[in-house]
Amino acid sequence: MKLPIYLDYSATTPVDPRVAEKMMQFLTLDGEFGNPASRSHRFGWQAEEAVDIAREQIADLINADPREIVFTSGATESDNLAIKGAAHFYGKKGKHIITAKTEHKAVLDTCRQLEREGYEVTYLDPQEDGIVTPAQLQEALREDTILVSLMHVNNEIGVIQDIAAYGELCRANKTILHVDAAQSAGKVEIDIQTMKVDLISFSGHKVYGPKGIGALYVSRKPRIRLEAQMHGGGHERGMRSGTLATHQIVAMGEAFRIAKEEMASENERLLALRTRLLDGLSDMEEVYVNGSMEHRVAGNINISFNYVEGESLVMALKDLAVSSGSACTSASLEPSYVLRAIGRDDELAHSSIRFSIGRFTTFEEIDYAVKIIRENIGRLREMSPLWDMYKEGIDISSIEWSHH
Amino acid sequence: MAYSEKVIDHYENPRNVGSFDKEDKSVATGMVGAPACGDVMKLQLKIDDNGVIEDAKFKTYGCGSAIASSSLVTEWVKGKTLEEAGKISNTEISAELALPPVKIHCSILAEDAIKAAIDDYKSKNTAE
Repeated sequence: MKLPIYLDYSATTPVDPRVAEKMMQFLTLDGEFGNPASRSHRFGWQAEEAVDIAREQIADLINADPREIVFTSGATESDNLAIKGAAHFYGKKGKHIITAKTEHKAVLDTCRQLEREGYEVTYLDPQEDGIVTPAQLQEALREDTILVSLMHVNNEIGVIQDIAAYGELCRANKTILHVDAAQSAGKVEIDIQTMKVDLISFSGHKVYGPKGIGALYVSRKPRIRLEAQMHGGGHERGMRSGTLATHQIVAMGEAFRIAKEEMASENERLLALRTRLLDGLSDMEEVYVNGSMEHRVAGNINISFNYVEGESLVMALKDLAVSSGSACTSASLEPSYVLRAIGRDDELAHSSIRFSIGRFTTFEEIDYAVKIIRENIGRLREMSPLWDMYKEGIDISSIEWSHH
Repeated sequence: MAYSEKVIDHYENPRNVGSFDKEDKSVATGMVGAPACGDVMKLQLKIDDNGVIEDAKFKTYGCGSAIASSSLVTEWVKGKTLEEAGKISNTEISAELALPPVKIHCSILAEDAIKAAIDDYKSKNTAE
C-alpha cells in the first residue's frame, strides 16, 4: 500500500492507463498529430476522424447525437458558455435566471456576472439533505425565466438531484435547463431521450480523462442557440472557436467509453468501499453525515467530526489525501458555503471532511483510513476544549463567544 | 497549505496539553475565540506565591497554526511573572512559527489567551 492514500476523486481523478495509452498516440510525428480542421491532407482527415469517434463516445454515454457535443477546455468553460451564452441569446425574452446556493462556483460566479449585466437571479435554498425539490423550482419559475441552472451531483456532498423532474417543469415553462454534470457523468445514468435537459456540462478529468478538456451538450431538438464566448475560426459550429485539442478529446472519448461500460460494476464496488468506511466510523460519538444518504453517488461521503477542526484533522490525516469544508483550507476563512446552505452550523461546517472514493481505491486502503481517522479524532478531541465542554454537559451554543 | 517545521513539530508533539482545576485560586484561565470562527483556545497558568508562572497547560480547537501557537505560548510563559507574560506579543509568536499572513489571527488569539488568563487571575484574587 502506497502512502498517502488518494481519497479525493471528486477533486480530480488519475488518468486511466488505457486512456493515457490512447492519448499518447496523438502527439508526435509518428502519431496522428494533425489539425482536425485541416481539410487538404490526410493528417487533418485522420485527426478529424479521431475527434468524430470521441464525440460519438461522449454522446453515447448520454444517449445523445454526436452533433450535440461541443468541446471546451473543461466544465468551468462549459458552464460559462451555457449560462452566458443562453442568457445573452435569449435575453430579449426575459432576464430571470434560477439556480441554487449549493452550485459550483463556475455557475454561481457566472450568475453573479449576469446580475451585474442586469439579469435577475433567484438562488434556491436546498433542503437540509441538500436536495432542491421540484416543488421549489416550480414555485420559483416565472414567465420571464429564461434559464435554470442546477447541478446533477453536488461536488461536496455528492447528493443527486432529480434532473428529470426539473426537465419536465422547465419544458412546460419554455425555460432552458442547464445541468452541470461534472460530478455525475459516468456515475449516474443520464439519458437525454428521457430527460428533458437542454444544456449539460462535462469534465474530462473527473472521469479518469485528462485535465483541460470538457464538453457541453447543446440540444438540437428543441434547438438551443448560444452566443459564443470565444470567437475565431468558427469551430464547433461557431459556438466555440479554437483548434481542437485532438489528444485530449480522444482521451476524453476513451474515458467516457470506459465509464459507460464499467459504470454499473464500478458503482457496486464503490458502494461496498464506502459502506466499509462508514461502518468503521459509525460507532464514534458526534459524527454526522452531511447530505442525503438516499440520493447520493456511491463514491462520496462527507462527514463532520464535531469538536474537531477540519484543517487540523486534514493535517493529522497526512497519510490521506482528503479535502475539508473548514475555513482554514480556503483563503477566504469562510467555511463551506455548501454546508452552510444546507443549514449546517459553522462548527459542523468547520469540522467536515469529504472522502471521495474512486476506481483505484482498495479495501486495504479504506481499512487503513478508518484506523488513522479513529486514532486522530481521539487525539484531537483530547486536545479540544469544546470536547471537554461537551463531555461536561455544557451547551456550547449557550456560551457567549467573542467573535473575532 | 505549507507549514513551517516548527508548526508541524508543535502540532505533532504539542507541549503541555491538559487542564488545571479552574476553581483553584492559583490557576488563571483564559478562553478565547469562537467555535463558529473555527478556533477556541483555553490557556491555563498555575501561579506561585511570588506571582511567577510555574506551569501552563492548554487545550485548543482549531487549525494546526492555532494548536502550535498555543503550545508555543505554554512553553514561553513558564518561569515568567504575570507582567512579563503579558508582554508576549503576537508578532513574536508568528515570527517564531513563521506563520503565513492568513494565519496571523492564530498568534493574535494566543496573545489574547494570555491576557484573558491574566485578567481572570486578577479578578479572582482581588474580589475578596
